This record gives sequence, C-alpha cells and structure tokens, in this order.
Amino acid sequence: MKTFRIGGIHPKEYKFSAGKRSQEAVIPKRVMIPLSHYIGAPSVPVVAKGDSVKVGQLIGKANGFISANVHSSVSGKVLKIDDVLDASGYRRPAVFIDVDDDNWIENIIQSKDIIRECNLSSEEIIKKIADAGIVGLGGATFPAHVKLSLPPGKKADVLIINAVECEPYLTCDHQLMMERAEEILVGITVSMKAINVNKAIIGVENNKKDAIEHLQYLIQTRSFEGIAVEPLKMQYPQGGEKQLIDSLIRKQVPSGALPIEVGAVVQNVATVFAIYEAVQKNKPLIERMITITGKSMLNPSNFMVRLGIPLSSIVQQSGGVPDDTEKIIGGGPMMGRALASLDVPMAKGSAGVLFVPATESQRGKMKNCIRCAKCVMACPMGLEPYLLMNQSERSMWDEMEHNCVMDCIECGCCSYTCPSVRPLLDHIRYGKTTVGGIIRSRNVKN
Amino acid sequence: MNKLIVSPSPHVHGGDTILKNMRDVLIALVPAYLLGLYFFGLGALIVSVTAITSCVLFEYLIQRFLLKTAPTINDFSAVLTGLLLAFNLPSNLPVWIVILGSLVAIGVGKMSFGGLGNNPFNPALVGRVFLLISFPVQMTSWPRPIPFSMTYLDAETGATPLALIKNHFGQLPDTLDLFVGNMGGSFGEVSAVALLLGCVYLLLRKVVSWHIPVSVLTTVFVFTGILFLVNPEQYAPPIVHLLTGGLLLGAIFMATDYVTSPMTKPGMLIYGVGIGIITVIIRVFGAYPEGVSFAILIMNAFTPLINAYVKPKRFGKVKK
Repeated sequence: MKTFRIGGIHPKEYKFSAGKRSQEAVIPKRVMIPLSHYIGAPSVPVVAKGDSVKVGQLIGKANGFISANVHSSVSGKVLKIDDVLDASGYRRPAVFIDVDDDNWIENIIQSKDIIRECNLSSEEIIKKIADAGIVGLGGATFPAHVKLSLPPGKKADVLIINAVECEPYLTCDHQLMMERAEEILVGITVSMKAINVNKAIIGVENNKKDAIEHLQYLIQTRSFEGIAVEPLKMQYPQGGEKQLIDSLIRKQVPSGALPIEVGAVVQNVATVFAIYEAVQKNKPLIERMITITGKSMLNPSNFMVRLGIPLSSIVQQSGGVPDDTEKIIGGGPMMGRALASLDVPMAKGSAGVLFVPATESQRGKMKNCIRCAKCVMACPMGLEPYLLMNQSERSMWDEMEHNCVMDCIECGCCSYTCPSVRPLLDHIRYGKTTVGGIIRSRNVKN
Repeated sequence: MNKLIVSPSPHVHGGDTILKNMRDVLIALVPAYLLGLYFFGLGALIVSVTAITSCVLFEYLIQRFLLKTAPTINDFSAVLTGLLLAFNLPSNLPVWIVILGSLVAIGVGKMSFGGLGNNPFNPALVGRVFLLISFPVQMTSWPRPIPFSMTYLDAETGATPLALIKNHFGQLPDTLDLFVGNMGGSFGEVSAVALLLGCVYLLLRKVVSWHIPVSVLTTVFVFTGILFLVNPEQYAPPIVHLLTGGLLLGAIFMATDYVTSPMTKPGMLIYGVGIGIITVIIRVFGAYPEGVSFAILIMNAFTPLINAYVKPKRFGKVKK
C-alpha cells in the first residue's frame, strides 16, 4: 500500500464519530459570520447595520488576490459589524446577524437532485468558485480559485483529492464521502475541467474502507472517467499536501515550491464538494461538516453547520461539554488549536471540536534530550528537530535557515514521538516565524 | 467544566519515555545475562550486582550532594550502565575494582558532563577502559566457563579465543561453542545467540534501528574476510571474529547507545563502518587482542562531527 517515503508516525485513531450520520445544526437566534480566515486579507463588508440579508447573499467582498468572498449563511437583519474572538485566538471582524426565518436568494438550487452536466469553460468555473468564496476546507483555508488558477506557463498533469483525514478523532470528511459521494465525484470532474487535466486520484487512508468501496462503486457504475481511488497506508501526516503527492505520484515537491512544480494540484475532498455546490447549484460556501468529539463525549457526532454559528451552540446540541474537560481543541489533536472559549463562530476552516479530559490535557515533565534520534526519524520533511530546537533556544537564526527550518510543516511528529517530552515544535515554530520574518525583510531590501 | 488549558499543538503524545526505552534494553540483555550466569556462576552474580548497585548509588549521591539536582535514577539509565559495565568485566574481578570502575563510569563518564544525554562517551566503556588500563592483569585473566560454578576470585582462568589468535597457539573452541558462548571472556559478551536474541527484540520494539549493528558487523566480516582470503594461515576466519570478544555486545548494545551515536541513518552507517575498521585494526595489527571498546570510544568522539556534516535525506531534495 502506498505511503510517503520520509518519516511519519502512527497515532491512535479514536475515530468515535465514524459512520455517524450527519445532523443539521440548529440555527440559533444570532450568528457572527467571520469576514476573515487565517490566510489572506479579510474581506470588505458590503452590508451595513440594519440591512436585511438572505441565505447566500454576499456580505463580504474579497480584498485582493489571496482573499475570499463571504456570504450570509442565514436570513435576517445585520445587527452590527464588530470584532469577534475566533477559533485562532485572534479578534477579527465579523458580521453579526439576527436570524429571522430561512429565506434563500433565488438562484440557488436547493433540491438535492444531482446535476452532472457542466458546459462551462475553465475560466467560467474558476470565476464561479471565486464568487462562491470557496477556500481549502482541509484547514489551511487557502482560496480554492487561486489554487485552480495555474501560474502562466505551468501545466497540471493530475488533480489530487485529499480525502486522507489523517488527524485522529476527525471524521467529517469520511462522513461527507459516505453521504455525498456522487456530488464529490461531480465536483472532481468539474475541477478537472477547470485545470484541464483528464486524471484525478482520490487519496484515502485505509481506515475508511467503506468510503473507498463506495467511491469505487460509484465511479464504475455511474461512469466517472479518469478518477481513481487510491487506498493509502495509515500514517500521519499522510494528509500533508507534500506527503500526499509523494505517496500518490512518487514526486517530491521541491523546498519552497508549490505542487504545480511536479504537475499536481491538490484539493481537499470537502472543498470539491463545495465546488460542486457552487458550480452546479449556484450555492456559495455557507456551511460545512464538522466533527464534535472527545473521549468523554457520550455521543460524538458529525454536523452540517452553517458558518457563523457559535461552536457552543453546536456543542449544546451534541450533549454539552463533558464534565472532565480541561482542554478544547479546534481541529484535530495533532495540528488543531486549543480554544480559550467555545463562544467562537464556526468558520470555513473548522473541521472539528475535540474535548480533552483533564487526564490528558497537560504535557509530561520535560527531561534532557537523550539524542535517541526518534524526532529525526519521525520528521516527514527530513529535518533535525532536536537541532532546530537547540538553535531556536539560542537564537541561531542563520543556522536554522541553513538547516531548512522553513520546510517545517508543523505536523507535530517530533513532539509526539519525543521520549523526553521536549517541546520541540514550540521552539521550532518560534524559530520558523522569526526566520520567516528575516527572509521577508531581506527580500524587501533587495 | 474545569479551567481551560491553552497550549500549542500537538495536543497528544505518543507515550514513549526514557524509562520505557531503558527497560526494553534491559529486557533485551536478559538472555545474555542468564547465559553469563550459567557459564560463570557466582562470580558473574557478584560482579553484576556490585556494578549495578554502585552505579545507581554513585549517581544518586552525586546528584544529591554534589550537583544538588533532582535524582534521575528512576529512569533506569544507571542500572543499564551498571549492567553493561558488568557485562564487560571478567567475572573474577575483585569487588573493589568493580566499584572503582562504576565510580569512573558514572562520575567521570556521565555526571561530570551533566548527566544523561550530555555525555560524549559511552559511560560503561569509559569505566571499562579505565579499568583495563589501570588493572591490566586483573582485567585480562578470564575465568573458564564452567556451568553453575560456585567459584569467584579463585576461578580457574584461561585464554580467550582472541588471545589465542593473537599469540598463535592453542586450539580454538569450535564454532558451535563460540555461538552459544562456551568460551572465556567478559561475562556478558560470550554468548552470541543470546546477544542476537536481544538484538531481534530491540529491532522489533524499534528501540534501535538496524543501521549501527549491521554496519559494524558487516564491516568486520568483510575486512577480516579479505584478510582471511589473502592469508588463511595467518588470519582467523571472519566468523570467528564475529563470534568472539566483545564484538556482538559492542555492536548491538554499546555502539547503539542513543546519547553517543549519530542522529541520522547515513551518519549511523559511517559510525558503524568506522567502529568495524578500528576494531579489526586493533585486533589484527594492534597490541591488544580486543579493540571493540576503543573503537567505539574513538567513534564516539567523531559523533558530533558526523552530526554536523551528515544530514538526513531532506524532503524535496531527491533526484527525480
């Protein structure tokens, strides 16, 4: 079975919510729709206090190249535009809307009938995706239309669909594949057309055998051409973009380069579902699947949630916060962010809420590095985490740059594997941020 | 709900600890220990118990009264150092010499550099080589293997196979005896089969990777093989070199010491080849019949250099 060639770890899965049918999250009286995502410039609000909005109406306009439109996920009245604490821990602008009924704008096709026909040109498809405000739903939230607009002179050979979901606990992509497989396959066909390739590979980790079989069955019986499903070995970080490309087409994206350098374009499976809805149903990105889970949760489950709904409201619907919770993570346990509060809005990049019991919320006591080299063996980018941590502690920025710190994907394999429980990634991340700043200011000077 | 903890990712840990690694190495040493007890009896028991006890005690005393830091004896690394030191000693060594060796191993070899993780040289080998140079007579009079012998200081001694090779006299034990460990030598090094069993356990538990043991043993095999092919009258066959002396113990348990071996796979291969070459040079051309300890210590000194220049295979630097 295919996998990437350097490093990796095997964390326990804990996919409690696997196979749980997704529920519609109840829409509360008030939502706060973030105008910004973690990457790129915030969108500019095009509504004002007191305006009435409908579901799917544009409320924030993309501001610059790496930015995405934002649409209202509910109908109602704009209360205010104000800063809100979001899941990343920063205060960012959001549109507060008092919900009233559920009126959609007219041109969205609300029926669930599948539309396969697509006669649009590549440019028209990308335009529709940009208009719909679709960003990468795997977590990085990079605008999808930017990824699909190939740089001049570059040609793509293959579209890679990231359906790996290698983070422990999370099951939202898995469930989406079980429930909306055909839509996903149409979304892939549309995306293939957008970047003008005739080959697509869906990479799925082998712990989702039912999804693999379901997709393969549909590809055969409903004749989707050029799409293949590839089961992948369970190994973290299989879903890292560069790792996935290495696993599937045995090419390593050079340091600092984009996947197109090796002829690949990668999209998350939830993103291609959003692309299907945008292109075939005129529906902008106003909702996504999220997993609410944890070891002490009575009922870990998957929800289809409109953007802007406070996470606390969804958690209420799934049985409330478990009593022994001492840490709440937005996302998975390997790369997710610890939340300071549940009163943060559902955003485009929210894939999960994980409740960590008190017994597992704190790290062990740090000991001396015993030079066991387990971090070096685990690093999927071929770096030396122990060395980078030492250099970061001593502010040796030049040496860190020389030792490729900018290649770090912050997957956390090093910290996970360290028998001395050293906070390797904390120090490397700090060094990487500093070195990144140094490189940027150097480029400005030149 | 309790007060929430906010910290950077990752939020889970694999559960590996120093203690687990040390415990696995100790488990891997059990077969060799049992066979050592079988062949060398009471003496082996006294030497090993003395070495382990004094290593743990010295580490505790040094941390408690000299360094005034929290004791780390509960990570079992001092137990391991003691056992490995004992494995490298003849089983008729007087208790006071064993204690002195333990003091040098822990005090000079380990704690003077800042404890576990900071020592450039393998502590057990520092202790052994100190004793070998200071007490050459006691350190090279090897008891003969007599099952369940109850002798200690008065054990009947004889030459090791490597000494026989060096001085060109006497009949070597047959290969099966060498394989089981029925020969004179340091009490933990004699049994190839037990050490290899330990090696398999360590590889299965992923405590060590194959790179160091395989590169050391292959290098010795190839080097002595060439010598043997050139002149079989003068040089011993490679299989004898593999099965005698401290080679297997050194390659599997001493050279693979985390702290003093390189951090990358290619670095480990260079380090292993270096140990193999130096071992054969000392054995065949040097004054001592055995050279594994010196070879490992010399390559320990090269480890920082290897780490500085031999980098792992970086992602995206592979030729397409």
